[in-house]
Amino acid sequence: MSAIDDRTRTLYDKLVDAHTVRSIDDSHVLLYVDRHIINEYTSPQAFAGLRESGRRAWRPEASFAIVDHVNPTAAHRTRAIADAEAARQVDYFESNCTEFGIELVGVLDARQGIEHVVVPELGIALPGMVIACGDSHTTTYGAVGALGFGIGTSDVEHVLATQTVVYTRLRNMRIRIEGRLPVGVTAKDVVMTIIVRIGVAGATGYAVEFTGSAIDALDLSGRMTVCNMIVEAGARGALIAPDSTVFDYLERRPRAPRGNAWRDARRAWESLHSDSEAVFEKDIILDAGEIVPLVSWGTSPDQVVAITECVPDPALESDAIRRRGMERALEYMDLKSGSPIESVRIDRAFIGSCTNGRIEDLRSAAHILKGRKVASHVRAMVVPGSSQVRAAAEEEGLDRIFSAAGFEWRQSGCSMCLAMNDDALAPGERCASSTNRNFEGRQGRGGRTHLMSPAMVAAAAVAGKLADVRSFDQD
Amino acid sequence: MEPLIEVAGVAAPLPQANVDTDVIMPKQFLKGITRDGLARGLFYDLRFDSAGRPREDFILNQSAYHDPAILIVGPNFGCGSSREHAVWGLKQFGVRCLLGASFASIFQDNCFRNGVLPIALSVDQVGRLQGICSDPTRNRLRVDLLHQCISAHDGVTMSFDCDALRRDDLLNGRDAIASTLQFCADIRDFERVHWASKPWLMPVRS
Ligand code: SF4
Repeated sequence: MSAIDDRTRTLYDKLVDAHTVRSIDDSHVLLYVDRHIINEYTSPQAFAGLRESGRRAWRPEASFAIVDHVNPTAAHRTRAIADAEAARQVDYFESNCTEFGIELVGVLDARQGIEHVVVPELGIALPGMVIACGDSHTTTYGAVGALGFGIGTSDVEHVLATQTVVYTRLRNMRIRIEGRLPVGVTAKDVVMTIIVRIGVAGATGYAVEFTGSAIDALDLSGRMTVCNMIVEAGARGALIAPDSTVFDYLERRPRAPRGNAWRDARRAWESLHSDSEAVFEKDIILDAGEIVPLVSWGTSPDQVVAITECVPDPALESDAIRRRGMERALEYMDLKSGSPIESVRIDRAFIGSCTNGRIEDLRSAAHILKGRKVASHVRAMVVPGSSQVRAAAEEEGLDRIFSAAGFEWRQSGCSMCLAMNDDALAPGERCASSTNRNFEGRQGRGGRTHLMSPAMVAAAAVAGKLADVRSFDQD
Repeated sequence: MEPLIEVAGVAAPLPQANVDTDVIMPKQFLKGITRDGLARGLFYDLRFDSAGRPREDFILNQSAYHDPAILIVGPNFGCGSSREHAVWGLKQFGVRCLLGASFASIFQDNCFRNGVLPIALSVDQVGRLQGICSDPTRNRLRVDLLHQCISAHDGVTMSFDCDALRRDDLLNGRDAIASTLQFCADIRDFERVHWASKPWLMPVRS
């Protein structure tokens, strides 16, 4: 463990040190959790466990509960959920939150949305915090300089009961991205490029800090996209040192500190960065100018090509396990190696998820869709990341652009990112999707997912096939 | 939790890389409010075709491997979603130990917390064990956590590393929450100092 006052600590080290209740052994600490985010599908057994052992929530006001995974997203929102199992899960969640004294955002709440969209937008995630949640994409909060990480249900129970986790210290990785992103290239392409570069387990065991001029230039939404999706490279922590972009974003958010407290907090947050002598076990540098619009072709988030490339040939892969994975993916995706990825016809288009369901994502897609129409054979959906994103988009008139183009304008939730509700691909359907996982069956049994940026999804929806957003008029 | 000291039984090779938790436990099995009934969902789309018939070619549907205590898995096993249902399903299916080159981090924690032992070996060691256990007449392994040793057919043995804290918890069947609550005074002291220096971190009931 690094000493508290040396000059070689990373931001990650500082956050872990500042939350260490006590050290357990060389590699584990008892880590204090400032905020705990809870959802309906990974928490039921945790509450049941507390009840069975007669335990209370240690600090119920530090937990925040949101229904997001199973709720329908049909345009007209009702409390009733037709799926009996999903309805029972939501009912049980609500009664658990009441019993244990936890604040809940229910289905009809004006703040409802995907947890990782709602938490930053309410100003619950603040720089310097440790935030745990029974969901892998909790790393999203790294964009505001908070250490967020996913936990399983046993640890949800552990956090509820103790406000801590038995935490394994991660190693430090720095990913520096310098330069300017070309037109048509987004934060999604940045993080997909990184996943391809380091591999789907490339960041396993690491906390990743993102730095460099291209990261500095990203708005908070783009930073969240990057911190969110680095999970697909195995990272269990992602951080960006907070700067004025973060402070401007947070100021006057409902749960952010105000007045003198804001000034004190802001002053403290300005020192949240890695020391100049900080040691990173892995250091990776990327040139932003070389990043291009990408699409996934396979069933793993590193099976990705540039939109101008062809479906790869497994015969050229020397590693036997990887080669078999590619062959299997080609079969599942029903693709032929050597065919241009741009020629691949789609059936569905989906814009949403905690990776790309924020207002900026909707704007970038609407920009492409304005005055255009979705191809007649494509069913296209927008599921805003939260009700507040939806309301803001309506205020700007984005809903009218989406509807005029032929997109369904829906209510917020996880929706077809994981298809736990009734939004799902039918077997064999192919979808251009702004989500984060192209696993077999992720968007519905037998469904075929191509991951890309929201603007690329819009382009594909219009073209009726995977398409290069750069060939669309960008003004 | 009952202590885990040794696992002995059939070991099924599952060499595919990056088996994610969506594949281990598909979404339609995540809507429960208890841990029960998840053995059925384990590897559902690998075990059953779209009509619900068992896929003959999937190893766990073959008679010599249908009741495995151990899986010898591919690299980055358990990646993706944090869903602990994946581990509950494995355990309910009878699996108590996973041998592989690497595991996803949340999945690995979930295993330890449920008395399923994930052991990371070298790629060569995993390949060797997969080779041996592919032969249905030599597919039994013994994994001894106390002595950190794996024994295969024909006197093949190999030692393994294990996180000391997690090993101790497994050997003693320890309740992690009870262990942590021994330090409740430390947690309270920590909170006092933490919020005094950074008052904006103190949660308030709204
Ligand atoms: S949007 Fe998708 S990845 Fe994000 S929390 Fe929901 S299901 Fe998980």
